[in-house]
Amino acid sequence: MTTPPPLRVFLVDDEQPARERMREVLGDLAVELPNLVVGEAANGEEALTALPALAPDVVLVDIHMPQMNGMEFARHLAILETPPAVVFVTAHDQYAIEAFEVNALDYLLKPVRAARLAVALAKARATGAVSRDAVDRAAVQAGQVPRRFFSVGERGKILLVPVADVVYLKAELKYVTVRTADKEHLLEEALTSLEQEFAGIFVRIHRSCLVARRRIRGFERVTDEDGEGAGWAVILDGVPDKLPVSRRQWPTIKALASG
Amino acid sequence: MNPNTNAVPDALPDFRNLGVAARILVGVNLGAFVAAAIKATTFAQLVSEFLDIALVVEPTLIASLAVFSAASPWLARLPYLIGLATVAAVVLVFTAGAAFLRASVDAGPLGIVRTGAFALLATALLAGYFHLRNRAFSPALAEARLQALQARIRPHFLFNTLNAVLSLIRKDARRAEAAIEDLAELYRMVMADTKNLTTLARELDLTRQYLNLEQLRLGERLVVDWQTAEAPRDALVPPLLLQPLVENAVYHGIEPGMGPGTIVIAIRRDKDRVHLKLTNPYHPEHQHRQGNRIALANIRERLALHFDVEGVLESGVKGSSYEIRMTMPYRRAAPHSVSGERAAA
Repeated sequence: MTTPPPLRVFLVDDEQPARERMREVLGDLAVELPNLVVGEAANGEEALTALPALAPDVVLVDIHMPQMNGMEFARHLAILETPPAVVFVTAHDQYAIEAFEVNALDYLLKPVRAARLAVALAKARATGAVSRDAVDRAAVQAGQVPRRFFSVGERGKILLVPVADVVYLKAELKYVTVRTADKEHLLEEALTSLEQEFAGIFVRIHRSCLVARRRIRGFERVTDEDGEGAGWAVILDGVPDKLPVSRRQWPTIKALASG
Repeated sequence: MNPNTNAVPDALPDFRNLGVAARILVGVNLGAFVAAAIKATTFAQLVSEFLDIALVVEPTLIASLAVFSAASPWLARLPYLIGLATVAAVVLVFTAGAAFLRASVDAGPLGIVRTGAFALLATALLAGYFHLRNRAFSPALAEARLQALQARIRPHFLFNTLNAVLSLIRKDARRAEAAIEDLAELYRMVMADTKNLTTLARELDLTRQYLNLEQLRLGERLVVDWQTAEAPRDALVPPLLLQPLVENAVYHGIEPGMGPGTIVIAIRRDKDRVHLKLTNPYHPEHQHRQGNRIALANIRERLALHFDVEGVLESGVKGSSYEIRMTMPYRRAAPHSVSGERAAA
């Protein structure tokens, strides 16, 4: 009889003693449930950089972390082609726990008991990666939005684009183009859900375009797309592109600019 | 804990407090005005009647307040009824004196007795007012205590700390022991009665124990700059004045940051005022300030309960820091209670 290979585990927690404790408990479980800690990180960004190459089966991630919280981390992780399973860990966060319950996501409470951890790991191995939708919904329910980053899959790696760097978002056929001052990325998300999540940061100027509110520098009169008279275009900080404002959105945008 | 920091019911007001003095001044003058208004039928008459009364009332009022303010600590130690009788006697003597010196219109023994009776009535009314005010604030105090209980130490802190202690047990049992002792001490103080004032020394001990525990899990991310060498350790302060604010400083100022962040705790005495300043890094993108507002409102309320208008709390963002400033009158604890509490801590 062949024994299965040990479960590959990756730890993400901003508190070093918490990571050490998790290693201890995993060590205690080694006989019952062979496992191997393939890596650990003190924050979400570090983890997303290191993790794809290590190919873990399960990630144990703390929810309450600086810069990128555990839920945002899980959302970015989901863009990998074969994402690992995720088990959330929290000391006490009532909203997050409710959101996990509703969306059938597994979580552990700190301090973590070995027996409970064993159950969670076995379940994670059996069910695999969590669904992106479930994590998205849980993040919204727990108030852990908006994200700080957009994530783009690039040859098996995860590229993070800080939301603060983005000048505008433009819907193309299947994708959304994310434009920063010096680059463009493609995002596999719907413009309408982006509009909802980032309502305070981006504003819709057109059926297919959201621009960063604080990047709006001014307006210019331009000839309408269909040549039927003149319309307005937005001039933005950091990019030369002038983006047309639809007639429908113009009153909103004008009010925004004068207010 | 500390019997001479008056329990709320049945105590003379603190005559040195600006709010109390203002209430007495306004109350008595309002009484004088009403008396004048009852007698007078024209505006000119009203003015002259009021001035007439004021000639006796104002010297009495000012002299009495000066004496009560000077004798305030001594008065506070007397049993309530004896203190009240003393106050009434002093007012009566001053009134008689003022009436006698003025001795013009209704001179003679009957006039002085009449004036004295009015003075006693005014004193009784004011005593009644302060008594009722104390009573009225008792439920507020109970509620403030309850809120303090709820605003206290976050479960987030408790569970994370327990987890950090668990991580120490196998490799550094002694540090784990010290941490559990700190935790026990912290919860003992937090669960103690918060009705009475406590000493600043005790508040500082509590805050230090709390920060030791946070240091355990946050390590070098948490830097604390204690500027408390000149802090008046014997000053009386409302309990849980500092620790909840420092807890907020950690939660909102240190935890959202990746790198090390510094919390500055500066306390000094300036003549008869105690100044506290607390600074932590400000993270504008970290918006969950609800808990902070609750704690601030709670502490502001308790400062007002204990120090009336003389307890001040201000907070705001200053550049890249969040700053809280508190000012309150410097009241000293009886010497034995400071040493006693230090020994207990």
